[in-house]
Amino acid sequence: MVFDNAQANAKVALDFEGIARRRAALAWVSRIGRWAVNILLVLVFFFPFFWMVSSSLKTLGETMQFPPTLLPSEPQWSNYDGAISSIPFGKYLLNSVIVTLAVLALQTVTVVPAAYAFSQYRFRGRGLLFGVTLVTMMVPAQLVFLPLFVLFAKMQMINTYWSLILPFATSAFNIFMLRQTFNQMPVELIEAARLDGASEFKIIVRLFLPMAKATLVTCALLTFISTWNDYFWPLVLTTNDAVRTLPVGVASMRASESGINYHLLMAANVLLCLPIMVVYLFANKHIIKAFSYIGDK
Amino acid sequence: MAAAAALQLEADKAKRKSHSVLHAIKPYLCIAPAIVILAVFWVYPIFNMGYLSLFKWDLISPTMKFVGLQNFQKLFADPQFWQTLANTLIYTVFVVGLGVGGGLLIALFLKKRTKTNGFLQAVIFSPYVVSLASIALLWMWIMNRDFGLLNGVLGFFGISAVDWLGDTHVTLASLILISVWKSIGYDALILVSALQGIPQHLYEAARLDRAGAWATFRSITFPMISPTMFFLVIVDVIASLKVFETIQIMTQGGPQNATNTLVFSLYQYGFAFNKVGYAAAIGMVLLVLIAVFSVVYFKVLSKRVHYK
Repeated sequence: MVFDNAQANAKVALDFEGIARRRAALAWVSRIGRWAVNILLVLVFFFPFFWMVSSSLKTLGETMQFPPTLLPSEPQWSNYDGAISSIPFGKYLLNSVIVTLAVLALQTVTVVPAAYAFSQYRFRGRGLLFGVTLVTMMVPAQLVFLPLFVLFAKMQMINTYWSLILPFATSAFNIFMLRQTFNQMPVELIEAARLDGASEFKIIVRLFLPMAKATLVTCALLTFISTWNDYFWPLVLTTNDAVRTLPVGVASMRASESGINYHLLMAANVLLCLPIMVVYLFANKHIIKAFSYIGDK
Repeated sequence: MAAAAALQLEADKAKRKSHSVLHAIKPYLCIAPAIVILAVFWVYPIFNMGYLSLFKWDLISPTMKFVGLQNFQKLFADPQFWQTLANTLIYTVFVVGLGVGGGLLIALFLKKRTKTNGFLQAVIFSPYVVSLASIALLWMWIMNRDFGLLNGVLGFFGISAVDWLGDTHVTLASLILISVWKSIGYDALILVSALQGIPQHLYEAARLDRAGAWATFRSITFPMISPTMFFLVIVDVIASLKVFETIQIMTQGGPQNATNTLVFSLYQYGFAFNKVGYAAAIGMVLLVLIAVFSVVYFKVLSKRVHYK
């Protein structure tokens, strides 16, 4: 009986060891599997960008080798000079900077008061006007460009900065976001400030804006990214190069008669992506949060 | 004395009155700049497009000819329009299906809060912040028939070269692939935060009931994230309906109209063929599609805000 018991115990111990060993092996397999998928994800989503940089440093001959080589035999930094001088790069860049800064500045002036009024005042027509604001959020530029081209043409504003800036001088989405934040402001704080004799302007600057700092940064980042990246609007609202921005300028390099010089095109493309990539590198947590904000709500 | 007091009273009243007028119009002054811009540039054009769709006009001549609903009659009788509409819908269905479905798989894989997963999320999301024009130029090079990376990789595995942007049967699929590559990170990240929001005690209860992985997914995970998935579907549908950049840069709607979409043909008819009325009619079709999904979007959004 005693012997039996010991034997049974030994069997259980043996079984247990077997299970533990199988489990460890399984854990190893799943770990290796996980890492394989991790590497695959990095390859799929990052490698195209690596390829862009690598191609931008190759000679024209190297880009036409098949099968392609992973790295240039000798990095051709002069491709970047070539890219910049093959289009009026400086002018496009300046246009991009002007349009982006003007949009950001004008939005500050139009969005903050509107969000404040929608949040803090009760007035006739508030619901209707806020409803209209929300509805315009859903109107894409791709829907209204034709009538707006006609409108700007009538006002003689085609090929001026106005046609690129004015439609984006406010943002329904940013008004909505900022109003949501302003709504969270505790009433007691506002009343306390009022009792202290603070003017309304002072209350906005000292109380509302600091409280909404995170939302303001979010809105500014999203607006910067979408304005800098925009290709559609500066393309369709212009008929010549005078105010065209960098994305349109870089993309115009593909229309060369002698065939596309992909090494130069990729160099220009790297320069176009660079500001966004640098911002993303330092603020990716914030940017990801900003983009997922509306999805989380 | 009395006259002076009365005068003083009058002056006070006038002052108070002007003060209260200012008080009453202040809200309108605050919203005026934003509302005027939205009305002029985002509301008026929609009505103006409806108006333009009733005319025959070449964008240049000073007179427009009223033709009633002829533009719509012509449009609906044009097989090219139906192909364009079909392309747009096929594109939308596949981009949304693959984006949200693939995004869910990635989200399930990356849902644990670890350093590695955080890094991978940032990598997968990076194409989403880069200009679509840049992405189009980059993939035009990668998909180049003769010297592109993609055919290079295929060649390595002994597969013959594919004409990604020239073959009528492949090109629309290529554009779908690029769009999914760009936006899947967004879908995945939104779903990761939805997954992380599911209360842990539900999973503990499932474990006590000895529920398998599939049963747990079907009866806990999926119902909990389905509102988020529905939201993503609508956002992605609206984004897909307005696709333009990849088509204009990479294919110009070709080969043989295989990748022409509503927005691109609206652009072509408006600016290249100078048929403004006809283009506006195409725009009205696009408007109806976007309006339908926007209504659903607001229904979902108001519910979600309400739940919070």
